Order: sequence, then structure tokens, then C-alpha cells
Amino acid sequence: MQLRVRALETVLTEKGYIDPAALDLIVEAYQTRIGPQSGARVVAKAWTDPEFKGRLLADGTAAVRSLGYENRVGDHLVVVENTEQVHNMVVCTLCSCYPWEMLGLPPVWYKSAPYRSRAVKDPRGVLSDFGITLPQATEIRVWDSTAETRYLVLPMRPSGTAGLGVDELTALVTRDSMIGTGFPKSAERA
Amino acid sequence: MTDSIHDMGGMDGFGKVEPEPNEPAFHQPWEGRVMAMQRAIGYAGAWTIDMGRAAQELLPPQVYLSISYYKRWALGMEHNLLKQGLADAGELAAGHAKSPAKPLRRKLTADKVAAVMTRGAYGRPPPAPARFKIGDRVRAKNIHPQTHTRLPRYVRGHVGTVELVHGCHVFPDTSAIGQGENPQWLYTVVFDGRELWGADADPTIKVSIDAFEPYLETP
Repeated sequence: MQLRVRALETVLTEKGYIDPAALDLIVEAYQTRIGPQSGARVVAKAWTDPEFKGRLLADGTAAVRSLGYENRVGDHLVVVENTEQVHNMVVCTLCSCYPWEMLGLPPVWYKSAPYRSRAVKDPRGVLSDFGITLPQATEIRVWDSTAETRYLVLPMRPSGTAGLGVDELTALVTRDSMIGTGFPKSAERA
Repeated sequence: MTDSIHDMGGMDGFGKVEPEPNEPAFHQPWEGRVMAMQRAIGYAGAWTIDMGRAAQELLPPQVYLSISYYKRWALGMEHNLLKQGLADAGELAAGHAKSPAKPLRRKLTADKVAAVMTRGAYGRPPPAPARFKIGDRVRAKNIHPQTHTRLPRYVRGHVGTVELVHGCHVFPDTSAIGQGENPQWLYTVVFDGRELWGADADPTIKVSIDAFEPYLETP
């Protein structure tokens, strides 16, 4: 595949359609800067600032833009809140739609047939693959990203974190907790 | 294509989800090049995101399932390059350009990369008032177009409730086949798990899709 892709890139470059230097910068950005730490910071801010959380749930894109990130968030970001009653989970059954600016590139499992096929039909089974069991009374709300809207889960703040600031809380927020297939780390484990 | 292997929601038999600890951004260097090329060629206006998805959906099921994610992207890109007349098969095989380029709208150079790190905007001014409002009961149409659609099979024919109205967005079904943006109202429609999967299904499950207005009808 390496040779085939090399051939593809060479043809596109010689045709003048693309600039390899631009490709280098894009690859580097995803390898070094764009990752779940952006989403984690948004979550931690929402945990500590009720006014921001209100704006985040009302209009995710506008609220995240107000933080002035280097990697600006795209339009149509919808943030959904986990509570004791409702657990949210995000999937894209048709391809791999995912909030890249908030979470980085989607992991292989998110794009895989097992996750895409089962998340909408057997979400509790999928959660058990991640070692998670939710109370039987909890409503499980699955968001299938079938358009250009992008969903980010706002997980519940772990207990025992009352004294922590945004930086410390950010370190507790995992990528999977913002997809709905995990929980934030507990304060003791951080 | 619509009823193809990419439309996986509700299928059985694919096994457990297997997360990879400490997964790298890319497993092979070529994967990063493919991802970045897709960005660059999209910026150039060679084809729309919907045409990109549609090309992957044309892969035969046995191919789609047996190759990696970025290989699907690469094969889709090759398909669209040939289809748009931007390169020919001989050039892709040889790894060199042999014929003149076709003009594209613009070119992504290094100084403009920051601009593509933000996702495109798909909202458009509404051409007509919305037909549905929050709380309305709607049925996902039982349609099986031979061209690209974003209405998954598992909701077709089922009744749900409009939960969010997102405004008007580019309509993938026409954008994918070169028939323009044709903006349509976009709704989040939520279905009860038992409506989708039968009376025996877990009653605590609710599943939503984002549905364009042409996918929906009054039950």
C-alpha cells in the first residue's frame, strides 16, 4: 500500500493538484496537536463553570469558539450531557463521523464493523466490551451521526473532585468518556 | 449505493469491539498521507465530501470488509480521480503524470493549512419553511435509492419523534451525484429501541439519527 499511495501522491503533485508540504503539516498536526485534550478541556470547564455549561449545551460550536482554541471547532457541534438517568453514546453507523477538532482522529474501533453494527442495537453489550455496566434503569441514548452534526458527550464529573481546578480536571477526562464508551478517571487514579 | 455493506447499523456477527491500547494516530506512514491528500483534494474542490463517501460505498462488500479504513479512503480517492477525469488509470499505475492537469478551483499550500483544520460549514439559508417541529411524530420513509443516501436501513419505515431542528444543510443525496447542494431541513429524530428492534428489545434504549426532511413523512 505504501507504494500505491506514493504513486497516488506523486501523480497528484505532478499534476499540481496538491502540495506535499501542506500534507506534511496536516499529518504533523494530527500526530502532535489535535487530540482529545481539546475536548477534555471543554468538559473540565463545563464542570467548573455553570454559565459556560449552559451555553455549551445550548450551542456547542459557539461556546467552544468562545474559548479561542488554535484548532477551531467546526459548525454543528452538539454537546449531550450524561446524568444519573441518561447515558449518551455516539456512533456513526454509515462511516466514521466524529468530532475531530475535539477528540483527534477516531480510533480504529470506532470505525470498525463491530462498533458500527452493534452500538444502535445492543449498546449495553458494546459497553460491556469496554468493561462498563450501567444500572438497568439508566436510559441509554445512542446518537447516530448520519449528517454533518457532530456529537460530544459531557460525562458526569467524578465524585471526590470538588477541590480540583480546570487543569487537574482536564487530566481526568478520557477520550472514551466523551464518546460515551468510558468514564472519566477517578481523582485517586489520576 | 444505498443498501450496501457500509450501512451496518443493527447487523449481527461482527464480534466484539476491540479497543487498542495506546493507539497511534496512524499505523502506517501512508495512512497519514491518504488522510492529508483527502483534505487537500477536498479543499481544491475536486469533489464533495458526499462524493468521497459514495465512492467508498461502491466497493464490493468483501473488499470493504477486508481492507483498512484508510485503504478504503485511498481506493475511493482513486475512483473519484478517474471519474472526474483528474487522472487516468495509466498514470495511477505508473506513478507519474502523463497528461495535462485539469484546472481545479484552488490549491492547498502550506500557508493555508490552518484554514482546513476547521471543518467545513454545511448550514445554508432555508429555501422554504420547515415542515416539522420539535415533538412531531415522523416516519422514516421506506426508500431504497440506487444512489448515495444518509438514511440508514435500520430506521426505514419506523416512527420516531423530532427532538432537534438543525436548520437547513447541504443535502448529501444530491451533493453525492453532482446535482448540487439542494439544502434541506435537518432534524434529529429519536426512536424507541422497541420500535426499531421489536417488543423484546431493551426498553431503556433510545436511538437517534440526523434526518433530512426528504427522508421523513407524517405517519
